[in-house]
Amino acid sequence: MATAPSTAAAAGLPWGPRALIRRARSADEIARLVTLFFALVVVLIAVLLVYQLWTNSAQARHSFGLSFFWNTTWDPVAGQFGALTFVYGTLVTSALGLLIAVPIGLGAAIFLAELAPRRLSDNLTFLIDLLAAVPSVIYGLLGVFILVPLMRTEIQPALKRILGFTPLFQGPAYGIGLLTAGLVLAVMIVPFIISVSREVLLAVPGDQREAALALGATRWEATWRAVVPYARTGIMGSIFLALARALGETMAVTMVIGNNPRISASLFSPGYSIAAVLANEFSEATGNLYLSALVELGLVLFLLTFVLNGLARLLIVLTTGRGTAERT
Amino acid sequence: MNMRKLLAFALLAMLSSAPAWAQNINAAGATFPYPIYSKWFDEYHKLHPNVQINYQSIGSGGGIRQLLDKTVDFGASDGPMTDEQLQQAGFKVLHFPTVLGAAVPSYNIPGVTGELKFTPEAIAGIFLGKVTKWNDPAIAGANPGVKLPADDIVVIHRSDGSGTTYIWTDYLSKVSSEWQSKVGKNTSVNWPVGLGGKGNEGVAGLLKQTPDSIGYVELIYAIQNSLPYGTVKNSSGEFIKASLAGVSAAAAGAAKSMPEDFRVSITNPPGKEAYPISSFTWLLIPAQIQDPAKKTAIKDFLTWMLTSGQQFCEPLAYAKLPKEVVAKEQKAIALIQ
Repeated sequence: MATAPSTAAAAGLPWGPRALIRRARSADEIARLVTLFFALVVVLIAVLLVYQLWTNSAQARHSFGLSFFWNTTWDPVAGQFGALTFVYGTLVTSALGLLIAVPIGLGAAIFLAELAPRRLSDNLTFLIDLLAAVPSVIYGLLGVFILVPLMRTEIQPALKRILGFTPLFQGPAYGIGLLTAGLVLAVMIVPFIISVSREVLLAVPGDQREAALALGATRWEATWRAVVPYARTGIMGSIFLALARALGETMAVTMVIGNNPRISASLFSPGYSIAAVLANEFSEATGNLYLSALVELGLVLFLLTFVLNGLARLLIVLTTGRGTAERT
Repeated sequence: MNMRKLLAFALLAMLSSAPAWAQNINAAGATFPYPIYSKWFDEYHKLHPNVQINYQSIGSGGGIRQLLDKTVDFGASDGPMTDEQLQQAGFKVLHFPTVLGAAVPSYNIPGVTGELKFTPEAIAGIFLGKVTKWNDPAIAGANPGVKLPADDIVVIHRSDGSGTTYIWTDYLSKVSSEWQSKVGKNTSVNWPVGLGGKGNEGVAGLLKQTPDSIGYVELIYAIQNSLPYGTVKNSSGEFIKASLAGVSAAAAGAAKSMPEDFRVSITNPPGKEAYPISSFTWLLIPAQIQDPAKKTAIKDFLTWMLTSGQQFCEPLAYAKLPKEVVAKEQKAIALIQ
C-alpha cells in the first residue's frame, strides 16, 4: 500500500525512461507490463487484420461501393461481384447449425453437470472434448460419404412428404445443400456448447441449488429455475463461441454445401458460404479486381462476426436479471 | 554502425559458407502440371547438381501475381496471361508451353453402361441449363440405341478456380456463342446451373453419389481413377475419345496457326484425330533476367525440358508437345536476354 502513490504518479507519465526504470524495480510491475504487452498483441493482430483487409479490398470497395452488400451476381469473367448470396449461405447454414445444436448441447450439458453421476459425467466429457478436436475435413468426409447419400435417399424425401407444403422443403433432393451443411455444422459445434456450458453450470455455487430445494422445488425445478438462469451468461458465451466457429467453418461446409451462389427459399438447394468461396477461388484468382473482391468478402465475414458478437453482448446485458447481477 | 557492420559480416559469412556453385531458382504457379514439373526439376537437378529449382504449386493466379511482384524467378499458369496483365507487368513476359491437359465429360446415369457420345451443342445446352433431361433429342440424337432415362440432369462443375475449368469454359465459349456472351471463360465462372465440387476428387465424388449427373474432370484424373467418360465430336465431325495421342494431335493441329508468343487456345482445333477440349499449360518467364548465372540455368533447363525432358511426360500421363511446337519454342529460348 505504501507504493500506491508512486504508482499513481508513474501512471501519469507511463512512457518516460525514468518512470519505466522505477517501475521495473518491482517484479509485479514487470509481470504487469509483460502481460499487458501480450494483451496488446491480440488487439494489434485484430487491428492489422482489419487494416490489411481494408487496404487490399480498396479496388472492389471503390468499384462497387455499398452495392457489394446486396448484389447477388458473382461473375469473375464480367468482373461483377456481390456478396449477398454468400452472406445468405453463411447465415442460413450457421443458423441451422445453431438451431439443431443448441437444444442438444444445452440438454446434454445440463445432464452432465446436474443429473449424471460424476464418474459418468467425467468420462463422457472426455469423449466430447475429443470430438471438439476432430479436424473439420473429417467431418466433411463423413458428411459427403455418409450423410449426403442418407439425405438424398431417406431424409429429404421424408421431409418433402411431411413438410413439402412449405417452400423450405421443396425442389430436387441432391443430398448436398444448405440443410446438409447446417447438419454437419451442428455436429461440429455441439461439443463446444456442451463442454463450455457444462463447466459454467458446474461453477454455479451450491447455495443457489440448495436454496431452491429448500423452498420445495423439485430437482428439475431447481436446475431449470435456479441453476440455468444463474449460468445464463456463460451459456450464451458457449453458444456464441459455437456460432463463431460455424460462421468461419470452411472445409466441411465447402464439401457439402454445393458451392453454388444463389438464394433460394428451399433448404434443399445448394448454396455457398463466404469461407467456402474464399477457400475455393483465392488461389486461382487472376486479375486485381477479382482478388480485391475476394478480400472484401473476407472483410464482410469479419464484419458479420463482429456485428453478431456485438448483438450477443447486447443480448446478455439485456437479459441478465437480478439473479446474476452480482456475478462479475 | 558497428552493429550493422557486424551483422553484414555475419550474413556474408553465412552466405559464403554455402557452396559457391549452388544456383537456387524459385518458381510458383499452376497445380495441374505440378507432378511433371517436380519430376523435371528433380531429374534436371540430378544432371546439374548445381541448379536447384524450387517450385510451389500455389495455383495459376498466385503464380502470375508472384511473377508480377518479382518474388519468383518464373511463374507457371494453366491459362495464358491476359493483355491487361502483360501490360501491368512492366517487364516483358514470355510464354513457354510445357505439356497439355484435357477435360473430359464424365457421367453417372443408372442403367447406362455404354460410352455416350456428346456433340458440342449437347454439352453447351446441358451446362447452360437448357437441356435438362437425359432423353433430350440433343443427347439422344447422337446416341441411337442407348436407352436414356427421362430424368433431370444434375450438372456438376468445379467449385475451386482451376485450369480444368478454364479449358472447359474456353471450349464452350468457342462452340456456343450463347455461352460466350452469357458466361465466358475463366478459371472460375458464374455457372448458370449445377453443383460445385472442390477439385477433381470433389467432382468425381459428387458424380459417384448423384444419379443422373454429368461433370467434367481432368483427363489424367479420369484415366488414373478409371472414371467412365464420353466421346466428344470434334470440328471434323468425328467423335473422339480423349487420349494422350488425341490431345497431342489437337496441339499439332493448332501449331500451324500458333502465334509468336504462344498464347493460344487449342480447343476445337482442326484435325480429324484431334480431341477438342484440351489446352497447353505454360511457364511464364521474364524476357530479361539480370543474374547471368540464373539466365544460363533457366535457358539450359528449357532446352533440356523440350528435348530429353519429354520422355518423362507419358509415364505421368501428360500429353507430349508435338514436334512443331517444340521447334518453335527452341527458337524462342533465344529471346531470353
